[in-house]
Amino acid sequence: MDKKGGEKVKVKKNEKEILRILEGNARQSDAEIARMTGMTATEVKESIADLERRGIIRRYKAVINYEKAGVEIVQALIDVHVTPERDTGYDSVAKRIARFPEVKSVRLVSGEYDLLVLVTGKTMQEVAYFVAEKIAPLEQVRNTLTHFLLKTYKENGEIYGDEEQSKRLAVTL
Amino acid sequence: MRSDSVAERVRQMKGSGIREFFDIAQQMEGAISLGVGEPDFVTPWRIREACIFSLEKGYTSYTSNWGLLELREALSDSIHKETGVHYEPEGELLITTGVSEAADLALRALINPDDEVILHEPSYVSYKPCTAFAGGTTVCVPTSVEDEFKVRAEQIEEKITDRTKAIILSYPNNPTGATLSRKELEEIADVVTEHDLLVISDEVYDKLTYEGTHTCFASLNGMKERTILLNGFSKAYAMTGWRLGYAAGNKEIIEAMMKIHQYIMMCAPITAQMAAIEALRCEDEVEQMVSEYNRRRRVMVDGLNTLGLSCFEPKGAFYTFPSIERTGLTSEEFAKRLLFEEKVVVIPGSVFGACGEGFVRCAYAVSQYELKEALERIERFVGGIR
Repeated sequence: MDKKGGEKVKVKKNEKEILRILEGNARQSDAEIARMTGMTATEVKESIADLERRGIIRRYKAVINYEKAGVEIVQALIDVHVTPERDTGYDSVAKRIARFPEVKSVRLVSGEYDLLVLVTGKTMQEVAYFVAEKIAPLEQVRNTLTHFLLKTYKENGEIYGDEEQSKRLAVTL
Repeated sequence: MRSDSVAERVRQMKGSGIREFFDIAQQMEGAISLGVGEPDFVTPWRIREACIFSLEKGYTSYTSNWGLLELREALSDSIHKETGVHYEPEGELLITTGVSEAADLALRALINPDDEVILHEPSYVSYKPCTAFAGGTTVCVPTSVEDEFKVRAEQIEEKITDRTKAIILSYPNNPTGATLSRKELEEIADVVTEHDLLVISDEVYDKLTYEGTHTCFASLNGMKERTILLNGFSKAYAMTGWRLGYAAGNKEIIEAMMKIHQYIMMCAPITAQMAAIEALRCEDEVEQMVSEYNRRRRVMVDGLNTLGLSCFEPKGAFYTFPSIERTGLTSEEFAKRLLFEEKVVVIPGSVFGACGEGFVRCAYAVSQYELKEALERIERFVGGIR
């Protein structure tokens, strides 16, 4: 295991192609991927199962524009300043914070703060209370800085907003 | 108005026989177009951003007739890296407004009245009229699906006369997607040397090669001096609307082309040239687009063959050229009926030369979703004919 989050494993060329296809649209069927890659559907199925087994595909998610759906969701990025512990450094406190279901991601970062934590909730108050009551009081946490996310312009490589329409003519030579 | 207002050679030139059909396709709601010879990707953002930045900096002037030296230097490096051929940025490289202009300039720079130009067909529609506008005659070599639409050295040799001046080569090919191997090109190079000919090699689809490696004709032994290499940014970088191409070759010929270019075009737009410098750094973006085309190619070929529209496997560009023989329709009837009955646009093969009859060109530069939908509609249409 390396410290960056997992043992590195080799991925074959056609597996990389499958990964790119699934990253673009996780709902493509095995048959469709087979047609796109020139593999058989069985080969695709086996490769995907193998990629899942090896922990390369972690899971399948939809990228949702909640704002467009009219669903109220509050997100905040919390900078957390931590005192590292003997033997475990930042690991134990980071893992502890990661266990809260309100916490969507935890990353160790360089710079003024140590951990960057993404927290979601229904209201700003709910998020603020969570940070004040669950994260700030932890023994190793020295201070926190909360940034509420106001608007998303791009998420997971997906640009939000008006889709770009094709302006091509119907026929060219 | 006097009856001879329009010049004779222009009057004699046939316009596209399917103009009416083009216009209908242009306005039809809900049509899926496989008729478009351009990428469906928007120019990668990094390239657009470089253009915006150049405008903010006030780069709005003419450039040298040859094009920006910075772009020619970058191009010279990039061509050398990809093909092994070195072109001097000063004198051997000319920036043009698209490969179309470059082809026109090359023909006008080379052709004396009544010179013959050998052209393999099916091929891009401009070569023939441009040769005629330059005062020359085109001698066509038909290629066939049985031979994977490859033009063979011996076929070219058979057509050579005392008047033959040049050969136009266009691989990877529009409309067939055919490519030529290094060995096949070398055989053509031998004929070129033996008969002291010149070659206009349009390699605008070079980066869209899916199987094997593209060989630049100028990189073959002794061919740099005999070849006018034409290429541009439209296809690989999704920059069709920027109108930017280039010609590379022998100093004397390129200078002659520049002479015409400076009187008719002056220079290519500076904004496009500034953007193109950034485009040459966009290897990752090109690779991603090419991978996506390759996936669509497999879907398209597989889909058409399943429908019984037998389709040889294209190795380059973004077109398939399936046979429609089993439907009993001419290519124009097929295209028209498919458009009216199922709202799918394809281009009749006859547009690209007489030997293209019996085929249609389907561009797969559309999204996977549209491709699937188009194949379903074609299936319904073909099923209705049987």
